Amino acid sequence: MTGALREDDVRHVAALARLDLDDAEIAALTPQLAAILSYAEQVGEVAADDVEPMTHPLGLVDVLRDDVRAPGLRADDVLAAAPDPQQGRFGVPRIVEEDA
Amino acid sequence: MSDAALTGMGAAALADALRAREVSTREVVDAHLDRIARHDGVDADGDVWHARPSEELGRDEVHAFLVVTAGSARAHADDIDRRRVAGEDLAPLAGVPLALKDVLTMRGVPTTCGSRMLEGWVPPYDATVTRWLREADVVVLGKTNMDEFAMGSSTENSAFGPTRNPWDLDRVPGGSSGGSAAAVAAGMAPLAIGTDTGGSIRQPAAFTGIVGAKPTYGAVSRHGLVAFASSLDQAGPFARDVTDTALLQMVLQGHDPHDATSDPMPRADLLATLRDGVAGLRIGVVEELESAGCEPGVRTVFLDAIATLERLGATIERVSLPHAPYGLPAYYLVAPAEASSNLARFDGVRYGLRVDAPSAEAMNAASRAAGFGPEVRRRIMIGTHALSSGYVDAYYLQAARVRTLIARDYASAFAHVDVLVSPTTPTVPFRLGERTDDPLAMYRSDVATVPASLAGIPALSVPAGTAEAEDGSGPLPVGLQIMAPLREDARNYRVAFALEQALRLDPDPGAHGGPRALPLARPQGGAG
Repeated sequence: MTGALREDDVRHVAALARLDLDDAEIAALTPQLAAILSYAEQVGEVAADDVEPMTHPLGLVDVLRDDVRAPGLRADDVLAAAPDPQQGRFGVPRIVEEDA
Repeated sequence: MSDAALTGMGAAALADALRAREVSTREVVDAHLDRIARHDGVDADGDVWHARPSEELGRDEVHAFLVVTAGSARAHADDIDRRRVAGEDLAPLAGVPLALKDVLTMRGVPTTCGSRMLEGWVPPYDATVTRWLREADVVVLGKTNMDEFAMGSSTENSAFGPTRNPWDLDRVPGGSSGGSAAAVAAGMAPLAIGTDTGGSIRQPAAFTGIVGAKPTYGAVSRHGLVAFASSLDQAGPFARDVTDTALLQMVLQGHDPHDATSDPMPRADLLATLRDGVAGLRIGVVEELESAGCEPGVRTVFLDAIATLERLGATIERVSLPHAPYGLPAYYLVAPAEASSNLARFDGVRYGLRVDAPSAEAMNAASRAAGFGPEVRRRIMIGTHALSSGYVDAYYLQAARVRTLIARDYASAFAHVDVLVSPTTPTVPFRLGERTDDPLAMYRSDVATVPASLAGIPALSVPAGTAEAEDGSGPLPVGLQIMAPLREDARNYRVAFALEQALRLDPDPGAHGGPRALPLARPQGGAG
């Protein structure tokens, strides 16, 4: 129903998922994912459009806590686990280019 | 009391002995730590013991624990003993040791989720489950091995090497909570916490001959439980008997404002109806799950268990859940879809592994490829694909519609019967390495457990007997799965208790003649 999975499809999904996979890994994953998806496609045999999708067993909606101040985690404790803490912030590679 | 006596005792018996001051908490904790030191493959040195690298583990070492918090366990034990001597009124399970699956946070203790991605991460907060255990004075001995991010059915997907099954050290303990189940079966802890997304408590309980319960979705807080599939994940108890399992679930369950999916309804008393028996109860045998590729040995044990329940006065009916066969394909879309979203948080920025690269995106992708093992990558890829533009309707939404059909099947069935039963797993525990090259074969271990997960209903596995593997080796444990309507967890415990009392199975893996079993330390004459 959705066509055979090709290596280019797998490469596209890896990019969406932010997984840096090399050609050998893509080649190994493609038949595995194709087999799993072809098994999973059985769901198309029974569920009709008029059946409401179920996303949660209890159907709780709009669960909000009371709007009162409460202590959270201390910034120092949280930053202690970060790979690159910088001046009370999370360090990352540059994401904005300087003007040329 | 000897160490061997203490590590063979259940939680309720230990709690009684502690209350009567026949033994101190410190003695109980030290006896269990000693058993871990002798049989688990840890470097038992100092306050925090680490598991040795998997390539250095012996064929007879269980590898249930990733880290053993010996120092804090002893300190907690001494504190409980001081307060008991001072006459303080203590909680029912005060002083009983427990093993905690390494997917739940404990402040100051590394949480890895069985992954290189989180190796070395020390969480800055306690999971609600951890906090409530502490408040109940249950003593945490350490964190247990698991399939990476709880994705697996054998514990072989752990980045730190597999756990071995105490019934046959060449076989898997099931998964993903295999370390917790093996710790209990091996007498290293009388109680353990697992988490169950598609069967990760029930399947390892069945494979290790113990009791394991997946509570109703929302009964136990998920705050501090590293998320795999949020609409399915549920923490729950393991123990060697039904009463201990119920006592532990009583500690875990309750509404938690820190978890938006926590059920606000009051929790049932699981002990009040425990001994009511099954006379007059209507028990439904699920046709689709009974015939789902069961080994003959498993089927025989299952039919014998049904006959026992009938002899005890239950009415047995055959019940159809017509959409149950679609549970497994639906599960392997819904769970990976939620996982792909949840695991997006591991981006090399706030915690976990980072692999440096010139751009932020390249750093994300390099870190994730380096940190996640093969099964986690597969599930992220399946989930990302199932949610991607052009495919979301055919895959994710279609699976979510199947979920509705399965929930309706259960509702129809529970209009006629009080509980439903099936074999917990279609096979006895398989050999280490037997299914690691075939993801779909591994997934099929969960065929009987995923339908209840998708519906959110409570389900429990209780030992039903032993069977030989198809190659004639064994005997190996077989579990009976019992399922009840939402919030009716007490019914599962009631049926399980009746079966347990009738069968009187020996939980000692060494008592059944398997040549590669690790005998459970038994109470000596006069003790316990």
